[in-house]
Amino acid sequence: MEFFKIKRDIPFMSYGRYTTAISLVTFLLAVFFLATKGLNLGVDFTGGTVIEVHYAQPADLVKVREQLAATGLPDALVQNFGSSHDVLIQVPLRHGEAEPSGAGEAAEQLLPQSADSVGNVSQLPLRQDLAGAKLSEQVMNSLRKQDDSVEMRRVEFVGPQVGDDLVENGALALLLVSFGIVGYLWLRFEWKFGLSALIANLHDVVIILGFFAFFQWEFSLSVLAAVLAVLGYSVNESVVVFDRIRENFRTMRKTGVAEIIDNAITRTMSRTIITHGSTQIMVGAMLFLGGETLHYFAMALTIGILFSIYSSVLVASPLLMLFGVSREDFIKPEKTEAEEVLP
Amino acid sequence: MNRYPLWKYLLILAVLLAGLIYTLPNFYGESPAVQVSPLRASLKADTALLERVESILKAASLNMEVATLDGNSVKARFADTDNQLKAKDILATQLGDDYMVALNLLSRSPQWLTGLSALPMYLGLDLRGGVHFLLQVDMKSALDKALEATTGDIRSALREQKIAYSGVSREGDMLLVKFRDAEARSKGEEEIKQRFGDYALDSKDEGDEFLLRATLKPEAERRIQDSAVQQNLLTLRNRVNELGVAEPVIQQQGVDRVVVQLPGVQDTARAKDILGRTATLEVRMVDEEHQITPGAAAPFGTDMFKDRDGNLLLVKKQVILTGERINDAQPGFDSRNNEPAVHINLDGVGARKFKEATRENVGKRMAIILFEKGKGEIVTAPVIREEIGGGRVQISGSMNTMEAQDTALLLRAGALAAPMEIIEERTVGPSLGADNIKRGFDSTKIGFIMVSLFMIVYYLMFGTISVLALGANLLLLVALLSMMQATLTLPGMAGIALTLGMAIDANVLINERIREELRNGVTPQAAIHAGYDRAFGTILDSNITTLIAGVALFMFGSGPIKGFAVVLCLGILTSMFSAIMVSRAMVNLIYGRKARITSVAIG
Repeated sequence: MEFFKIKRDIPFMSYGRYTTAISLVTFLLAVFFLATKGLNLGVDFTGGTVIEVHYAQPADLVKVREQLAATGLPDALVQNFGSSHDVLIQVPLRHGEAEPSGAGEAAEQLLPQSADSVGNVSQLPLRQDLAGAKLSEQVMNSLRKQDDSVEMRRVEFVGPQVGDDLVENGALALLLVSFGIVGYLWLRFEWKFGLSALIANLHDVVIILGFFAFFQWEFSLSVLAAVLAVLGYSVNESVVVFDRIRENFRTMRKTGVAEIIDNAITRTMSRTIITHGSTQIMVGAMLFLGGETLHYFAMALTIGILFSIYSSVLVASPLLMLFGVSREDFIKPEKTEAEEVLP
Repeated sequence: MNRYPLWKYLLILAVLLAGLIYTLPNFYGESPAVQVSPLRASLKADTALLERVESILKAASLNMEVATLDGNSVKARFADTDNQLKAKDILATQLGDDYMVALNLLSRSPQWLTGLSALPMYLGLDLRGGVHFLLQVDMKSALDKALEATTGDIRSALREQKIAYSGVSREGDMLLVKFRDAEARSKGEEEIKQRFGDYALDSKDEGDEFLLRATLKPEAERRIQDSAVQQNLLTLRNRVNELGVAEPVIQQQGVDRVVVQLPGVQDTARAKDILGRTATLEVRMVDEEHQITPGAAAPFGTDMFKDRDGNLLLVKKQVILTGERINDAQPGFDSRNNEPAVHINLDGVGARKFKEATRENVGKRMAIILFEKGKGEIVTAPVIREEIGGGRVQISGSMNTMEAQDTALLLRAGALAAPMEIIEERTVGPSLGADNIKRGFDSTKIGFIMVSLFMIVYYLMFGTISVLALGANLLLLVALLSMMQATLTLPGMAGIALTLGMAIDANVLINERIREELRNGVTPQAAIHAGYDRAFGTILDSNITTLIAGVALFMFGSGPIKGFAVVLCLGILTSMFSAIMVSRAMVNLIYGRKARITSVAIG
């Protein structure tokens, strides 16, 4: 069986004007949504408490909300999660918890300065007033009063200190991946290749983020991991095309640059579609069977995979032309050798 | 041209066999078990303990499958949770407070596999259920405590040496000692420099006051912070032991954070309670006027406590000192007779009170009592030989080195060195954990089957070979994860599915290349050869970029994300091996034997 029996090379490069326009529009739209709507950051980044509970019968969200409001949590967000039996409760960080260091100093200033107060500090190993971590017990106790069948499935509490660290680490990881990829492609090919592959793939990343902003899907740590994995994975695509371009520069001596690129893309197209198709089958299984936890992770991967097909072919290659890739980029070393031999 | 030397086939076979052996334990599943580990350093888990556990269980006629000695604990496996719970209760009552009895799960894999240290994959908390806490140690208050203690110590040191000073106070991170004249200051400086080596001193004149400013040296600051974290770790370990958790993880993370992971614990309220509890120490006089009558109530004005060996002692209700007065306690040796001893360092107020108490009670016994959970236990009850001043106390006699260490630890670890705050909590219930495993497994399985079907239909024989190679990849990946005992998380399972999806890329590249070569009119043998040869560079390039992303995620990711990164990186390595070596070996075996073939089944 063979899906792609293409006799003549498809002149991709002559569509350059349209594809660049399409890219630019989607990119700007993504940036626009990111700027206006922003990402719906999950508890990993914002801090706060998420509690997932399971009821034996379909849950009455209104009652749950009322019960929580009576416990002093009117700002709790209550919604179904996956099924009508499962409820997700999100409680944002309170102002008291937002600045733990400030509150800590205030507590310390209350201590008298005399030596008699030594050790009082150690009486308070866990600050009770800032017990964001105690919130989950409070919520569960109050829900149990209302309905005994409620079962705790998951609690996530993230203090404000951790959220900042995670944002910082995420940014560092993104930087490291970007520089690593450019560096490697530079080493292996040429800076023009590295740069165009990186721009093409960062364009994918921005578009994934744009989707998450537009639909207001929750952006969690695992989504970030998916985005970074896509960055590494979709560079593959560019690498495969670049590899062919380099090979063509060596074998097709008399052909123009645009034709060489067209030929490389056309000949790798079958592989591109089949590879991405297979990966997408796996990711699709995760998207539909992996449950809520993996859903957005798989969603980010899906968008990433689809756009990486497009961008590596129709963004990276035109960029390569723009940067002025030429045969000399590859046959230079042989020339200098030849010159040295001459007297 | 498409032949491998024999050693290559054998190598591939050996690798696959090893992969199979280390993957096997994952199929046997786990059985409920009870784990008994000694709580004191002086007790060891040995064959004697194993026999004792066996005989206790036999006496209770509980069906035990097998009991083994594993590291510093004894583990007994049961057929069902019913027996397991009963066994836990019986063992806990019969073995007493010296041993921790915890519920655990043990692999059902046969002995010979365990002997090869082939264990099932180590499941993360999101798959097996449990609690994860990230605690932050308040370093500032550790330093505050040290500074406060020194303020008192400087006062008593100067008073002891009869050096006239007009005040010792604290201003931020600096201690200010005021003198009336320069002469007293230089004497004081000499004294302080000698006794408090951790402080940097400088003098300053302000009006008619002669000031001496003392600030903590940076290395001393670091040491104080480090020991605060270390002591908190110790305290947490002691407390977690009491919770009866089979495989707790208590680790320092970064400079001032501590990770506590308690697999299988559901009662987070109790866990938080115990982690955050304060233990207190009290120093009281032993009551020697009354007789101890076991079973009867303690006489008026006294309390009855047990010591560490279980003997009863009466102590007076009046408290001389509390544990907050103890700055430090270290095991060491008596300088006179080289016997093991515990050196206690009291703060200024403590030293004064201790001096008074010892002056009035020479020849009598003094008890140091540790209160935890509202229950008191006498740590030690030494006889007072003489009046003790200066806040340096030594407890010695009738203890060995191990006991000295235990006592020092108890004196120190009773309380946390610095307050801690829970800054992150992740709790996963057992039902969600089981669901997560099922979901992860299902999506991998369905994805694998669909990809396999497609590959076989599209590439025929070469597709079948690719699928077998993909299976080998899965086998090796699971084996590696089991061998390294890397933590498998739900994102990690997603990583397995994703790497399988990505691994097929290498085979697609090869197969497409072979087709292309055939289309160009090359002979089948040459086409196969060229296909593998030319695709190799591309495969390498594309895998390395993904590897870069994996490494970055591993470096900066935390918890479940790290699990994903580990799987991603390992998966890339195994997929290179299986897609290139294993599939080539199969192709060689099928097509390489004949010198000339007319066609290959590649669709």
